[in-house]
Amino acid sequence: MTDGYTNGQPPAEGEPHIVVRNLTMAYGSFVLMRDLNFTVRRGDIFIIMGGSGCGKSTLLRHLIGLKEPATGEIFYGNFNFTRASLAERERLLRRFGVLYQGGALWSSMTLAENIGLPLSQFTDLTPAQIREIASLKLAFVGLKGFEDYYPSQISGGMQKRAGLARAIALDPEVLFFDEPSAGLDPVSSRLLDDLILELRASLGATIVVVTHELASIFTIGNNSVFLDAETRTMAAAGDPKELREKSTNPHVHQFLTRGEPIMESSGNA
Amino acid sequence: MSAINPNVQTATRHGAYSIEHAPDATLVVHLSGEWHLRRDLPSADEVARELASRPAPRRVTFDATALGRWDSGLVAFLTQIHELCHRRGISEDRSGLPAGVRRLLDLAEAVPEKQGARGSVRRPGLFTRVGEAVIRHGENAADGLAFVGDLTLAIGRLIGRAARFRYVDLAQNIQDCGPSAVGIVTLISFLVGVILAFMGAVQLQQFGASIYVADLVAIGMLREMGAMMTAIIMSGRTGAAFAAQIGTMKVTQEIDALTTMGISPFQFLVLPRLIALVLMMPLLCLYSDLMGIMGGAFVGVTMLNLSLPNYLRETIAAVTLTYLAIGVVKATVYGALIAIAGCMEGFRCGSSSSAVGDAATRAVVRSIVMVVVACGIFAFITNILNI
Repeated sequence: MTDGYTNGQPPAEGEPHIVVRNLTMAYGSFVLMRDLNFTVRRGDIFIIMGGSGCGKSTLLRHLIGLKEPATGEIFYGNFNFTRASLAERERLLRRFGVLYQGGALWSSMTLAENIGLPLSQFTDLTPAQIREIASLKLAFVGLKGFEDYYPSQISGGMQKRAGLARAIALDPEVLFFDEPSAGLDPVSSRLLDDLILELRASLGATIVVVTHELASIFTIGNNSVFLDAETRTMAAAGDPKELREKSTNPHVHQFLTRGEPIMESSGNA
Repeated sequence: MSAINPNVQTATRHGAYSIEHAPDATLVVHLSGEWHLRRDLPSADEVARELASRPAPRRVTFDATALGRWDSGLVAFLTQIHELCHRRGISEDRSGLPAGVRRLLDLAEAVPEKQGARGSVRRPGLFTRVGEAVIRHGENAADGLAFVGDLTLAIGRLIGRAARFRYVDLAQNIQDCGPSAVGIVTLISFLVGVILAFMGAVQLQQFGASIYVADLVAIGMLREMGAMMTAIIMSGRTGAAFAAQIGTMKVTQEIDALTTMGISPFQFLVLPRLIALVLMMPLLCLYSDLMGIMGGAFVGVTMLNLSLPNYLRETIAAVTLTYLAIGVVKATVYGALIAIAGCMEGFRCGSSSSAVGDAATRAVVRSIVMVVVACGIFAFITNILNI
């Protein structure tokens, strides 16, 4: 196997960056999704969308190696992630950043230590330099001055932003977001969207977002895959704005246009 | 009906209905009174009987002119009627119902029942359950082996100086496993010494050999009880804490975050805990030995009229370095077992808050079982070696 990706540069802008082939996801004998085939190009903001419980987050866990495919393969550039050894995988993972749903900050460490941990593990920077960089990343997400707070001392929205600061600690090539706007108010969620666009522009990173927020999907996404819970496979792939106009699949159309308004429930007379 | 029930104000009437056979094989359900969940609701049995009677009605209509206020209690009642009608192919005319009720009924019927949703919660048969239990035990054993394998790799990394963890975490764990446990170890060990002394004294006094209480307590503490009591305290105190800490990190995805950072959670979380406990257990065991001997001396001096110098001289004569070493080696092994059990249960923790509690419980049970089994093996080995 050629190891062009792990040692070399990521693919050029617009080239395939993440390629998923015939992926089947299963919990034991229960098949969650089958036959997923899609390509994320370098520089895309790629949306994984679909109804609740259809397997969006599970797909993300497959992409970052936390779950193994039942069948099928995942490639990063020409690097076969599914068949890679643990050491090769670890090396590749260091070039990813992941923002988990609840932030998943390490609760026994301060924010600066959270961001500093990957830096201290994988770089030769001095503690003073690491502290400096941690402050900078916190400043990016609007948390300057919170270096010595513990995760439990800040609000949920702030934890999420701090999680993002940690995800971008090592200037990743691929950023994964699991439900970034879950639990955020509309304004914060909008700010996070702006931040994602900013990161995409400044880091040149490929970004994969799991979400079902239509506002986010249309604002930031330029490519997507739609997982259909009923047929247990993908129903569409492509630019979400085009899918909204052109998709003939009723589920996709319904999802992207919020379907028909449900009849209002009534109280008693 | 409401007049009978003293809890209800007499001004409002309970929900009730009556049934009337209209021409055209039509059944009219007259609804009256207040239909509230918090009051008694009439059962639909009477309607069911009428619908089942011969000749079967072809149509059901409702009359709500006498209906007072209502809530979802009424809707639940009407849903029951709907299902009965549906099953028997009887048509329903809801035009007599208030508009709000009709809308709620439509809402309840908007999404058809998912096929198979009920079937999956049915209790599986005996064979299925036995089979699943066997598979589960097999998986547990496989998990255990995988954990030991991972641990071996991590220790290999540690020896090769390639292991990644923070020395701050190690220091914190040493603090938690060692100095913080001194208080409880003092109390328990002193009392165990007292108990050993009393047990021995009852028999030895009969022969006028009370002074041998000192030998009994010293050898008992050094060889067995010091290590064992420390292990039991530490499995309840530290083993459970390890499982709960790691389990919580799993629930909050902190472990996932480590993995996707390319940091092995195994090295990062297990090694500092294992090292800390393995370093602290022998020290705690020595301390426990000392406290036990003091407990014995307390009984000897205050109850058995032995002099303190005599008691201590007898103790020193009884103690050998071999006994001390056996206890310390045991304590080290127990420490490793407790750390392994605690961390392993933490990693196997499910993803809910109750799973964290289960993990802590299993960690304590598992570590105590392992410690006792190891103690038996030690007894066997020392017997063979004649020490």
